[in-house]
Amino acid sequence: MEPDWIAGLIGGLMIGGAAALFLLLNGRIMGASGILGGLLDGTGRSNSAERLTFIAGLIAMPALLVAVGLGHVAHPVAGLELTVLAGLLVGIGTRLGNGCTSGHGVCGISRLSLRGIVATLVFLVSGAVAVLILRLLGMVA
Amino acid sequence: MMRLIFAAMSGALFGAGLLISGMTDPARVQGWLDIFGDWDPTLGFVMAGAILPMAVAWRIAARRAVSFTGRALPTPPNPVIDRNLVTGAVLFGLGWGIAGLCPGPAMASLGFGGLPFAVFFLSMAAGMILFGLWNRR
Repeated sequence: MEPDWIAGLIGGLMIGGAAALFLLLNGRIMGASGILGGLLDGTGRSNSAERLTFIAGLIAMPALLVAVGLGHVAHPVAGLELTVLAGLLVGIGTRLGNGCTSGHGVCGISRLSLRGIVATLVFLVSGAVAVLILRLLGMVA
Repeated sequence: MMRLIFAAMSGALFGAGLLISGMTDPARVQGWLDIFGDWDPTLGFVMAGAILPMAVAWRIAARRAVSFTGRALPTPPNPVIDRNLVTGAVLFGLGWGIAGLCPGPAMASLGFGGLPFAVFFLSMAAGMILFGLWNRR
């Protein structure tokens, strides 16, 4: 796939802008796995309405943009069995490690949090290892 | 009430950014992690673009006692690197590489992605619930 650094940079600024709004207006760290995980395991019951409205916006806006013909086409890369395995790994891993790309990668690194920096380096390396293994197995296009 | 509107706005802007940046396209994400193959640097620009406004926001937050809606701001980051952090990041990265999806894009693609994305989201949600049950023991 051709690199698209302009779309990457613009989209990235929007992601960071969303995190900045959530922090400065609501006093919250915008971590996708934490917002969803707290709803699912009951640890976020005290502010579940805020979590739900965040997720509603997160699902509705991309659906709206795609419906009017904006946005990228998404290409799934894994078969169903591997997709289930990957989903379980992401669900368990982000809760055990207390964060994902948005919480550790964006919110953590931007405040120079040591945990955020270490977690991001670790999941970048293990993600690259997973893709390398898939490539050696002939499963990457 | 204002906080709910702001939460929906943040979520909507986050979702639009994920879509436009290519983060909701698993092929794009796998290309970023494919450093020994056909490497795609796009996601590096996404990360840099996202960190920039957030670094400014942390500077503003540092000068304030509470958020603009009067809520306490996050406490300083915990500096402890423990086994859970590293093990969790390893597991998460493996899943991220295999499917090309992380939690934000997994939710952002639910409204347009179809079956593979729904399967990923449900598996991820199941993993989070299983971890919650295990963690409560």
